[in-house]
Amino acid sequence: MIGIIEYGSGNVGAIMNILKQRKIAHFLSGDRSELEKADRYILPGVGAFDPTMENLTKSGIVETLNEQVLENNKKILGICVGMQLLAEGSDEGDHPGLGFIKGRVRLIDAGKLNRRPHLPHMGWNDIKLTNNGSLFSGIDAEMGFYFLHSYYFDATNPEHVSAHVTYGSDLPCAVERDNVFGMQFHPEKSHSNGTRLLQNFAEIV
Amino acid sequence: MLRSRIIPSLLMRDKGLVKTRQFGDDKYVGDPINAVKIFNEKEVDELAIFDIDATVKGETPDYAHLKSIAVESRMPLCYGGGITSAKVAAEIIAMGYEKVSISAAALERPELIREMADAVGRQSVVVTVDVKKGGLFGGYSIYSHNGKQKHKAKLLDFVAQAVELGAGEIVINSIDRDGMMNGYDLELAKSVRDKVNTPLTFLGGAGSVEDMSDLIDTVGIVGAAAGSMFVFKGTYRAVLITYARPSSI
Repeated sequence: MIGIIEYGSGNVGAIMNILKQRKIAHFLSGDRSELEKADRYILPGVGAFDPTMENLTKSGIVETLNEQVLENNKKILGICVGMQLLAEGSDEGDHPGLGFIKGRVRLIDAGKLNRRPHLPHMGWNDIKLTNNGSLFSGIDAEMGFYFLHSYYFDATNPEHVSAHVTYGSDLPCAVERDNVFGMQFHPEKSHSNGTRLLQNFAEIV
Repeated sequence: MLRSRIIPSLLMRDKGLVKTRQFGDDKYVGDPINAVKIFNEKEVDELAIFDIDATVKGETPDYAHLKSIAVESRMPLCYGGGITSAKVAAEIIAMGYEKVSISAAALERPELIREMADAVGRQSVVVTVDVKKGGLFGGYSIYSHNGKQKHKAKLLDFVAQAVELGAGEIVINSIDRDGMMNGYDLELAKSVRDKVNTPLTFLGGAGSVEDMSDLIDTVGIVGAAAGSMFVFKGTYRAVLITYARPSSI
């Protein structure tokens, strides 16, 4: 049962619609005791880093996640800014992140792009998989995913990067450490690849 | 490599979809939710939806209707029409729209662009500019309110100002080419591309994938948006929702 974390900073409609169509058990909740019943989590997120992290902190769910993810080893998938929250902090704001994966969120260096457009990185881009994790099983890497961002997760340990995207230089676009997963792109808006990825997350053991 | 985006652009009026020619002569082309379902199946790159009555009538966006559209969409969405505050923009983003577009409101009070960028992030703020070629010396004038209100701001200056204030994307909509299917205004596209660094999308004039290829050849990676091309078939404008991309993408 996937618990989708509701904290006032996520666009969860499309995610829930895909899970419903795929008959994947899930619920949406911002209630700590409800969320404890889930066996894995999706952490959505849109907007700027600080207001998003502040919303999560205010909700009291940070403690729940620390317990359930770090101590009980339940899986979590952070999407877009939801992934950025997994980092230790962000150049976009001052608030510390969850710190589930070592690294910092940084602005993409537009100076490395040799032509326009620069930022934001907007549109469909192919990805390069850097591990054989089951999350990306059956994914068409060349088709790739839909991106819409100016910041990326600069993971401290290269082993925690599960996929790269090239935009000026190779940037981590998916991170993974044991039971913690994150992706910068939008699986809920990436057609068959995205649907497959959400299904993989639901089934991953 | 990042790919150009091929974007169906849908115009909403009274909860239905219409398609115009040079901003008039509108024809009913169907129901938005049905169109979204078809575009899901076609795996389109991005979808733009503009409520063309909201600003003219001074109405706020129809949240319930917009939400019912968003939950059906498995592709990225941009919505424009009647957004006059950062709060409204944030509500639409929370509903599952990746981007929100403002036009008349940005012309009236450019500072709104900054307020929206602070609220939802620069990447989600789109400024759409309706332009018409005019005057003895060429050049383009900016319009709003479905082409009825002319603005004094100069196109390239306004575009640069919008980006400076926090627009993550500029959409240039050619009123002259709207519904004409005679190709994009490439001169216009080039002049805007040379001015700013952000992603751009051009709308107005696309009649074929070749027109889209011409645009991409002229300005590089870009959003190529089209209305008529994706909702009409044949010279009598029979309604048929389709999708196609240039083979190079």
